[in-house]
Amino acid sequence: MTRIRFQQSLDELKEQLLVMAGLAEQAIQRAIEAYRVRDLSICDLVSRSEIAINRLEREIDQAALDLLAMEQPMAIDLRFILSVIKINADLERVGDAAKSISERVRSMEQMAVAELPVDIPKMAALASEMVRKCLQSFIEADADLARSVLAMDDAVDAMNRAAYKSLTKVMEEESHIAPQALNALMISRSLERVADHATNISEDVIFWVQGADVRHHRSKTGGRDPHAMG
Amino acid sequence: MGVGIEVTTLNAWYGTNHTLQDINLHIPANHATALIGPSGCGKSTFVRCINRMHETNPIARVTGSVRIGDLDIYADAKPVEIRRRVGMVFQRPNPFPTMSIYDNVAAGLKLNGYRNRQVLDEIVEKSLKNSALWDEVKDDLKKKSGASLSGGQQQRLCIARALAVDPEVLLMDEPASALDPVSTSKIEDLIFQLKSQYTIVIVTHNMQQAARVAEKTGFFLNGRMVEFDSTHKIFTNPSDKRTEDYITGRFG
Repeated sequence: MTRIRFQQSLDELKEQLLVMAGLAEQAIQRAIEAYRVRDLSICDLVSRSEIAINRLEREIDQAALDLLAMEQPMAIDLRFILSVIKINADLERVGDAAKSISERVRSMEQMAVAELPVDIPKMAALASEMVRKCLQSFIEADADLARSVLAMDDAVDAMNRAAYKSLTKVMEEESHIAPQALNALMISRSLERVADHATNISEDVIFWVQGADVRHHRSKTGGRDPHAMG
Repeated sequence: MGVGIEVTTLNAWYGTNHTLQDINLHIPANHATALIGPSGCGKSTFVRCINRMHETNPIARVTGSVRIGDLDIYADAKPVEIRRRVGMVFQRPNPFPTMSIYDNVAAGLKLNGYRNRQVLDEIVEKSLKNSALWDEVKDDLKKKSGASLSGGQQQRLCIARALAVDPEVLLMDEPASALDPVSTSKIEDLIFQLKSQYTIVIVTHNMQQAARVAEKTGFFLNGRMVEFDSTHKIFTNPSDKRTEDYITGRFG
């Protein structure tokens, strides 16, 4: 094998992205846990991890840019670096979504507990599984596993649409718990975004491994609808 | 205008060394086609078979067919006629050192019987303009020798010399590998302009160069054509693992 140093740099870039992935996955899990047990100390951890995630995002982008400029990568190496840049951005937004959820949890902590017609833990479990699987597909360069994540996105979108419908009804009919319903709706929206980022990451893994661009090819039925809130 | 090249079951030998094995290939007219591969893979031998230079070596042998447009070069063409229709530019610029710039460009024309001074003047000017050298040498055409030019200018002079006899095909064997980046850019820009009028085949070790100038790329390995496809496909998602391993630097 030639270009040993370049291959080592690619391995290092992958390791950096895996650290980033670990932080983002941990952040979303913590945010969900904070919602489940209403623990504000966990929200603090999410806020702190966002700082590390943002720093890593810049470092990974810089490392990827250096490799593009200095090594002129080709074929699978070029696809890998492009995928890393895009996955990096998606992971940073997963971190943002985690922070957004933890802020909603803080806000809800000031309010009376209300029974709401939405199953946030179920939606969170599905979105978390998508994140876990898409990252696993990246670690193992497994395009089949990545494709299985794409199919899961429809279910999260459907849950988000159902949450929008039921929670806007609550806001209309039970105004005394409208603030709680609004917070739950925003958490649902954040989880739907997490699922979208997991989908993007899966598409990037497929592009890296197989060179196939599978974006925007799926049906609209419950699929990735940018207007999923409405 | 350029013409297509149809290569069928081409085999070539140097002595007992079977350097090209069963090459079948269609090179499209008026496009640039890049040939890449590790040293000794057969890509230079291949271009030398397209103008019958390979067989000038006494121990070399060729079988198979190469058609340049309607001309079957191994069946019914004389080498002189082939070399008029197929120009060649080499790795190191090789102007005739004692000849003036003008005479360098006119040499092939004179060999082909052109004597009319006005016609020669016109073709020399047109060829130097087509090779993007005219503005730099027009005042010294007969005063300076070809060897007095810089390396990049010498290479463009060699391209002008090749263009002067109005070829249909231009073969370039690593035309910029001995040049600095600025001269290389000029040669690449030139290839880009010329390919609308000529069929260009360029052998290069510089894969970025292949990616920049060629629409089609062929990958040679151990005397065989492993993959031939659009340049975009070859450099982003090649079909053959050996192509991918080569262009990503995993061997070669």
